[in-house]
Amino acid sequence: MIKNLKSSLILTVILILMFGVIYPLGIYTIGLVFPSNSVGSPIVKDEQIIGFENIGQSFTDDKYFWGRPSAVGYNAASTGGSNKGPTNPDYLAEVQARIDTFLVHNPWVKKEEIPSDLVTAPGSGIDPNISPNSAYIQVKRIAAVRNLPEAQIKALVDSSIENTVMGMPVINVLKLNLKLDELK
Amino acid sequence: MEYLYSAIIILVTILLAVPLGRYVSKVFKGEKTFLDFFEPIEKLIFKISGINPHAEMDWKQNLRSLLTINLVWFIWIMFVLLTQTWHPFWNPDNILSMEPTQAFNTAVSFVTNTNLQHYSGETGASYFSQLLALVFLQFVSAGTGIAALALLFKGLANRSTRNLGNFYFHLVRACTRILLPLSIVLAVVLLLNQTPMTFKGSETIVTLQGDTVSVARGPVAAMVAIKQLGTNGGGFFGPNSTHPFENPNGITNAAETSAIMLIPIAMVFALGYYLNRKKLAYVIMAVMTAGYLMLLIPTILQETGGNPMITQMGITQPQGSMEGKEARFGPVLSALWSISTTVTSNGSVNSMHDSFTALSGAFQMMGMQLNAFYGGVGVGFINMFIFMIIAVFISGLMVGRTPEFLGKKIEVREVKIAILVALLHPLLILGGTALASHTWMITENPGEVLKWLNNPGFHGFSEMLYEFTSSAANNGSGFEGLGDNTAFWNISTGIVMLLGRYIPIIGPIMIAGLLSQKKYIPESAGTLKLDSGMFGVMLFAVILIVGALLFIPALVLGPVSEYLTI
Repeated sequence: MIKNLKSSLILTVILILMFGVIYPLGIYTIGLVFPSNSVGSPIVKDEQIIGFENIGQSFTDDKYFWGRPSAVGYNAASTGGSNKGPTNPDYLAEVQARIDTFLVHNPWVKKEEIPSDLVTAPGSGIDPNISPNSAYIQVKRIAAVRNLPEAQIKALVDSSIENTVMGMPVINVLKLNLKLDELK
Repeated sequence: MEYLYSAIIILVTILLAVPLGRYVSKVFKGEKTFLDFFEPIEKLIFKISGINPHAEMDWKQNLRSLLTINLVWFIWIMFVLLTQTWHPFWNPDNILSMEPTQAFNTAVSFVTNTNLQHYSGETGASYFSQLLALVFLQFVSAGTGIAALALLFKGLANRSTRNLGNFYFHLVRACTRILLPLSIVLAVVLLLNQTPMTFKGSETIVTLQGDTVSVARGPVAAMVAIKQLGTNGGGFFGPNSTHPFENPNGITNAAETSAIMLIPIAMVFALGYYLNRKKLAYVIMAVMTAGYLMLLIPTILQETGGNPMITQMGITQPQGSMEGKEARFGPVLSALWSISTTVTSNGSVNSMHDSFTALSGAFQMMGMQLNAFYGGVGVGFINMFIFMIIAVFISGLMVGRTPEFLGKKIEVREVKIAILVALLHPLLILGGTALASHTWMITENPGEVLKWLNNPGFHGFSEMLYEFTSSAANNGSGFEGLGDNTAFWNISTGIVMLLGRYIPIIGPIMIAGLLSQKKYIPESAGTLKLDSGMFGVMLFAVILIVGALLFIPALVLGPVSEYLTI
C-alpha cells in the first residue's frame, strides 16, 4: 500500500511536468513561428493595438456598422452568452426592444427583413462577425450619415464577405468599420 | 453547404478512427508502433517511479492503483486552486484563490474527466492552474479512462487467468502514445488558424469607438487541443469554444468537432482489432451511429426552423435560431457540435445549450442520459459494455439458454453488477434533480433567496435536470444560465460526478476480472451470435428500454412541456 502510494506520488510529479509544463511550453515554442497568431492577432495602428481580429467590439454609433447584441456588453475580460431560454418572456421582450431600436435607427427597413443574428446575442458575447445580410441592411443608414453614395458602401460590403472553408459566410465588423473610416 | 460540411466532418472522423483504432489496439497489446521512440522516456518514467510496468495485476490490484493515483491528483488540484493568490509565476492577471466548495467541485470535475466548470476561466483560474492542474488532468483523466478500457479488453480476451495487465503501463502509454501526439497535431492546426498561445496577460485597448476594453487571452491552443480530444470539454474561457480565441473559424470548428468523436469511435474499432472480431465492432458501431443520428437529425431540424416565439414577432428566420450561437457557425454546425459533445461526454460547446429551442435541449439531455453512443474516451465503450451484458442476458432468457458473452458464461454476479451500474445513472440524475427541485419548492421566495434559475417555468426545471444529467454522465456542459456556483450545487454535483465516474469503472472492471477467470466455451449452433444484425437490434432496444424510458417523465416535465406551451 505504502509502496503503491509512493509510486503514485512520483509518477504524478513526472506527469505534471510532462503535460502541465513541457507540453504547453512545446506548443508555445511552435507558436513562436506564428508571432501574430500566438498573441491573438492584434490589429496595430500607429504602434497602438486598437483591437484583435477575432474579438468583436461594441458599435452603437450610427456611422458604423453594428455588430450583434451582446449579453456582456462586449466585455472581452469576462465573456459569455445570455443563456436565456427560447420562451423566457424577459428575453422575448429584450429581442422586441432590439427590433424597435433597430427600426428607429433604420426607418426604411421593414421588420421582416431584419436578419435574426442582428437581434440575438451570441454565446461568446464578443462575436466579431455578422451575416452578410446584416451588413447590407445597414448600408442605407451608413451612406446617409456619412454622405457617401450607397453603391460605394455596398461595394465595400461585397468585398468584405469572408467565405471561410467549413464555416458560414460572414463579415468581420471591426475590419469593415476600419475600411469604412478610410473611405473618402 | 453547412449540411455538406457536417457530413464531411462525420465521415472524415470515422475514416480517421479506423486506422487509429488499429493503432490503439497495438498500443494496448504493447506491440511495435511508429512512435516507439517514446520508449526510453517511458522506461525512465517507470524506473524513477519504482513501477514495474510488466508486473501482472488482477482486477483488485489494478483498481486499487487507479483509485490511489486519482486520489493523489485530487489532492494536488485542490491545493493548486486554493492557493492561486500565491502562485509564484504564470498568474499575470493576479487571479485570486478559489472559494473552497468551488475548488472541491472543480477538482472533482477535472479528476473525473467531467470539466463541469462552476468558475469562468478568464476570471477564476490563473495560467498556472490552467496548465499545471487543469491541462495535466485533462491528459491523465482521459488516460485513466483509456487504461480502464485496456484492462477490460484484456479481461475479454483472456482465458482462465486473473491477469488483467498493468494499469500504470496503460495509463502512461495512453497519455504518451495516444493523447499527446494527437494533441500536438490539433494544437498546431489551431495555431495556424489564429488561436493564441501566449503567457502575456490581458491587453487593455481603446476600441474604434473609443471604449476602453480589457481583452483576456493566454495559453489557449494547448488546452483546447486536449480538452477536445480527451472528452474533457473544459475550455480556457468561460463560454468555451464559442469564444473566438478558442474556436476562430470554420476550419478550427471542423477540427474540434472531429476531435470530440475521434478517440471514442476509434475505441470501437480497437475492440475489433484487439479481439480479432471486426464484425462485432461494425455491429456496435452501427448501433452507436444509429443512436447518434437519431438525436442529431431532429436537433438540426429544430434549430434551422428558428425560434417560433421570435417568428411570432414578425422576424423571418432563414438563418434559424441564433440566440447563443456564433455567426460563423450558424445553426447546423452548432447543432452538430451540441449532439456530438453530449453523446460523447465531452461537454465543450460552440453555442449555448440553454438557448437552443425547447426540444433540442431534450435531445442533448438524452445523449448524456444514454451515455453510450460513442461515449467518453474509454469509459464510453465501458458503458456500452454494460448494455451489451444486459442485452446478452435478456436474449439468453428469451431463448432459455445460459447467456454467453464472447465465449464466457454470464452468471448471476456479472448480471447483478451490470444492472446496478446501469440503474445508478438514472438514480443520480433523477434523485439529484428531485433534491434540487424540492429545495427550490420549500424555500420561500426562491427567486430572491436561491437565485439559481435564469429562466422561469419549465425551462428552469430543465436547467436543474440538465446540470445533474451532465454531472452524472461526466459530461460537463451545462444550461449555463443556472447560477451553479453555490455551496448546494458545488457539493451535490461534486458527489454525483464522483459516483458517476468511479462506479461505472469499478463495476465493469470487476466483471472483466470475473470473466477473465472463466473457461472458454467454443461457439456452438445454439450460441447467440453477437456479430449479427439481430444482436444489434436487440442491443439498441435494450439501450432505449433500460436507458431511455426512465428519463421520459422528467423530460416531459421540462423541455417537452416547454415545447408544447409555444
